[in-house]
Amino acid sequence: MLRLARLHVSSGSAAEDVLQETWMAVLGGLHRFEGRARLRTWVFQILLNVARTQGVKDRRTVPFSALTADLDAGPTVDSARFQGPQEPFPGGWRQFPAPWTSPEDAALSGEAERVIREAIMQLPERQRVVIALRDVDGCKPQEVCEILGLSPGNQRVLLHRACAFVRQQVEGYFSRRHAARTERT
Amino acid sequence: MTAITCAQLVELVTDYLEGELDELTARRFEEHLALCSGCRTYVDQFRQVIQAAGQVAEDDLSWQARTHLLAAFRGWRER
Repeated sequence: MLRLARLHVSSGSAAEDVLQETWMAVLGGLHRFEGRARLRTWVFQILLNVARTQGVKDRRTVPFSALTADLDAGPTVDSARFQGPQEPFPGGWRQFPAPWTSPEDAALSGEAERVIREAIMQLPERQRVVIALRDVDGCKPQEVCEILGLSPGNQRVLLHRACAFVRQQVEGYFSRRHAARTERT
Repeated sequence: MTAITCAQLVELVTDYLEGELDELTARRFEEHLALCSGCRTYVDQFRQVIQAAGQVAEDDLSWQARTHLLAAFRGWRER
């Protein structure tokens, strides 16, 4: 929850304030909770409201409704990476994506994690909130739809675009690192 | 339906991982993966991103946030 709050405001202590305000609102409003939604869903909705209000004050966040561009169609991988209709394998990779992990780094860790965090911060808000709820907070798809009022299809589109962007950023990081290493040798 | 291309496959990854592809498309997806190491790498990296994004979450509540929260709960109980 703190992570989700942190995505909306400019500092860690502001995120903690958001969290505290959320719990106060939850505790204060508990008698109004009608059990129509799951408690967890309801708490997340309150958290997002508080975080957004605070984020708008911080000028960090654009109001949710003002954003439409993040559902735009268009490929999530640059079409220049695939062969054109005149080439031997139309729609096939020109060059395969390079694997990330080498024996010395068995899993994404340390710096890659920082790259991922930064990439998530750069996402348009709806994608950021969806990836945060799904992957960071471990919500189920249906829960995310309820919290954000999204259709299942749109929820998947937002998640897909978010993951594709983050993957691309990590790829950029690895290829820069690789280039730097090759230069040194 | 004909085989899917790499350019098509990369747009289906989330639907596949979420189990939302229809049976035929899912089969085509898997057939493609079996033959194409480039797409296997892509899907594998997608999975790594999802997993790593989850781990980013594990920097848990800071000590300060815990203290604030406990204070908030105490205030609530005393009301």
